[in-house]
Amino acid sequence: MALFTANISKRKFSIIDFFILAFIFILFYTILKLGAGMSIPFSPKQQPAISLEPNMLPYYAGRSLLRMFIAFGASLIFTFIYGYIAAKNKFAQKILIPLLDILQSVPVLGFLSVTIVAFMAFFPGSLLGVECASIFAIFTGQAWNMTFSFYHSLVTTPKDLQEAATILHLNWWQKLIKLELPVAMIGLVWNGMMSFGGGWFFLAASEAISVLGENIHLPGVGSFLAAAVEAGNMEAIYYSILTMLIMIILVDQLFWRPLVVWSQKFKIELSESSDMPSSYVYNLLQRSALIRLINEWVLNPLCKVFNCIFNQIAELSTAASLSMQSRTSIKGLPTIVPLCLTVGVLYLLAEPAQEAFAMLAAMEPRELFSILQLGFYTFIRVIIALLLGLIWTIPIGVKIGLTPKLSKIFQPVIQIAASFPANMLFPFITILFVKFHVDFQWGCIALMMLGTQWYILFNVIAGTSSIPNDLIEVSSIFNMKGWNKWKTLILPSIFPHLVTGLITASGGAWNASIVSELVSWHENDLVATGLGAYISQATTQGDWPKIVLGITVMCIFVVMINRFVWHRLYRLAEVKYHID
Amino acid sequence: MKNLVEIKNVNKTFAIEGRSAASILENISINIQEGEFLAILGPSGSGKSTLLRIIAGLIPASSGTVSYLGSPIEGVNPGVAMVFQSFALFPWLSVLENVMLGLEDKNLTKAEKQAKALQVIDIVGLDGFENAYPKELSGGMRQRVGIGRALVSEPDVLLMDEAFSALDVLTAENLRRDLLELWLDKKIPTKAIILVTHGIEEAVYMADRAIILSKSPAEIVKDVKITIPRWRDKKSPEFLSIVDEIYSFMTKKKITALPPALPQLKKLTQLPQVSAGALTGFLELLEDLNEKTDLYKLASRFMMDIEDFFPLVELSTLLQFAQVVEGDIELTAEGIQFARATVLERKKLFSEQLLAHVPFVQQMITILESKSNKKMNIEFFEDLLARTFGDKTAQSQMALLISWERYAELVEYDQNKEQVYLESTV
Repeated sequence: MALFTANISKRKFSIIDFFILAFIFILFYTILKLGAGMSIPFSPKQQPAISLEPNMLPYYAGRSLLRMFIAFGASLIFTFIYGYIAAKNKFAQKILIPLLDILQSVPVLGFLSVTIVAFMAFFPGSLLGVECASIFAIFTGQAWNMTFSFYHSLVTTPKDLQEAATILHLNWWQKLIKLELPVAMIGLVWNGMMSFGGGWFFLAASEAISVLGENIHLPGVGSFLAAAVEAGNMEAIYYSILTMLIMIILVDQLFWRPLVVWSQKFKIELSESSDMPSSYVYNLLQRSALIRLINEWVLNPLCKVFNCIFNQIAELSTAASLSMQSRTSIKGLPTIVPLCLTVGVLYLLAEPAQEAFAMLAAMEPRELFSILQLGFYTFIRVIIALLLGLIWTIPIGVKIGLTPKLSKIFQPVIQIAASFPANMLFPFITILFVKFHVDFQWGCIALMMLGTQWYILFNVIAGTSSIPNDLIEVSSIFNMKGWNKWKTLILPSIFPHLVTGLITASGGAWNASIVSELVSWHENDLVATGLGAYISQATTQGDWPKIVLGITVMCIFVVMINRFVWHRLYRLAEVKYHID
Repeated sequence: MKNLVEIKNVNKTFAIEGRSAASILENISINIQEGEFLAILGPSGSGKSTLLRIIAGLIPASSGTVSYLGSPIEGVNPGVAMVFQSFALFPWLSVLENVMLGLEDKNLTKAEKQAKALQVIDIVGLDGFENAYPKELSGGMRQRVGIGRALVSEPDVLLMDEAFSALDVLTAENLRRDLLELWLDKKIPTKAIILVTHGIEEAVYMADRAIILSKSPAEIVKDVKITIPRWRDKKSPEFLSIVDEIYSFMTKKKITALPPALPQLKKLTQLPQVSAGALTGFLELLEDLNEKTDLYKLASRFMMDIEDFFPLVELSTLLQFAQVVEGDIELTAEGIQFARATVLERKKLFSEQLLAHVPFVQQMITILESKSNKKMNIEFFEDLLARTFGDKTAQSQMALLISWERYAELVEYDQNKEQVYLESTV
């Protein structure tokens, strides 16, 4: 796979190479050691205690990080398979893409209890079950976005390049490696980075959770914080937050930055842009002779073998499908196979669905009505959180966006702030609420905002900096000021971005409602009346009918709002306020 | 000589939204023999690129067959390679890697592939650039990579899709010469070249034979043998006479098919996408020449591409501001009057000709006048057009008509309400 090798000229070994070598060794050793901790015996009665000693934090951080990367790897594999099938098979596309759309808007955290129970049943008596559930929660927070990005790249691959690949007789594997993956790379890296940032939230929420009357703690930073909150240990809380911050920054600098820089070589435009991202880690790796050796002796041969195997498979499968096509009887095969799969999946789902339905049917209508009411309360909170977010982010975001100097400073800071899991900050606000006896019915809106406002801010800045310079100049020539300028120039130009930001923020707020409507500090529990609190209480008690009902109602709310509010605004933004 | 590629009764129809399938190619049969350099000529939108893609096996024909060495092809034609107008280079691969892509399906070791690719890179004149990336190269050099990538697999037939149109004049000339030299000196094992182009001069300069297609649906109008010995002098009388001949073939079909005979048939003809302003400029230029002018010379004199030129000729004859006789264009009395008129008089003249020669405009006005509020939703007219043209074309035709009628001050249009109304009512 020539794709993954850069043209590196011969360089001498340097001191940096020793550091890199040491780093690689330590990395392998750590992964082994951390991985060993994943499959220790476990039962809700006898579980690994979470120590509040700060010197345990590096280990916990490692465990959390391992979870994040496993989930990311899983998301990546899912993305490739799901996205590829959806893009290549017309029939599958009709099912997979709407399904993905729904999966994307469903509040993931609501399902946590279900998945934990399922995974624990898979790995009885081992911590692996809970580990998997946590990883799965992170996965569900990451995968959909990345899959959409990959799918989109596949279907929008430039037509002339596709034709060139076809006429050069590339098989599907060669096409994937030489054309489709490179085309998708920039979007994939960017969306991967964003999804990974969002994943921290799910990590923190899924490590320590009360399910079916049991408190489950996975060794990790999130659990450390939860234990600290339970014990009311302020110092430990600070430590855990600091650890989180360091982790986020390190992953950004060591992993994502170099990837972003590397992915720039897959730009489709044939012109060179002036504003290229840079990364010192990437430069370091580029310059290292060791990396070159590893590339030459380990990675390249491995890639070659891998490439060879898949090439053979592709050749065989192409030949097989050709011979099948010539026999006209099996011409409908590309339609029949997914059809059978769909029927199979539906069949498997039939029984659980029936059970769930029976469960719902057994509930009283009064209960149903009250749940809808709870959903409405949460809906109001989500709306208020979004509005409050708009009120402060628009003026500040526009200010930053119009001043390149400011945006250069603030962009990375905001990016870190956005990836920082808001639920780790909840304890501080909870303490304030307890101290000043704030009405939590309204107070929890602040908790919701904590995580979601960044998406709006991000998009406001992006929208503002994409206003064409000539429009700004025109507005200053005509001496446009105040409300007039906002009305004619700024608001219309940031509108499409604003809608995108609001959609993401609204999804985040619904998710956040599950963890933010019910918080505790030491001995104090704060509960707000709403669907989120309802779901998390039902999860703690292990009341299945309530869990199922709560999640269903929340999904209905979210999907309805998406269909009737966001999609319409989005279309309006595309048609009317699109700047080309 | 044996037939390398045989195209037999190929038809192509595309399903268009809002209308039954539109025919793009009709009954195309061509034999390409070994040693032949064939040019396929036609106005833009005539489906010549579609024909090339059918030959390549990139898209299937609706009916008819394409055979390579006597056997009908299924899927991609095994004997061809293609050069694209947009170059279609992979930006993340170096020149060498791009060219080696042409050998990807061959059973060779990497070293053999590399050696072959380097040899071809040398032939197409890119020696020393093998490690450069496409973005570092100029347009002409990029297309050399495209040609190299096509040649490296030693195809029997080289397909070129407007391969020189994206390049500037000098670069294109240089590249044409170099390719022709490779071909004539047999430096490449290619047995036939098929070049799709809209440039008549390009075709006459390079090819042994030119096939001329008409527009929508494309049929073969003429198959012209070009026997002038190489290298051809573009200023020689033989050269110019063939160019002239082809030129008249390309314009003839269209102009005989146009109104004035058509109005009573009430059949909608697709109108050429030309703004009123462009037409005015064109007529003024013709007026300045003050004589009957050869169409081909006119195009080169205005330094224009056929792409821009044909619609202008088409509209000025449609509105009877000019007439074309045997490849020569001449202003009519109205045309001369128009060219000399003031801005306001022009509007009046334009409106008169529009009403007289574009039946649909007349129809629109009649409909608007019959309404009490003199207003009509634009969708109504679009639907009328869509019955003949399909939704997409109907929209662009409607926009064109509105722009003409606004210029002629016949109707007004409110974009927010999407309503057409008569000028006089407001």
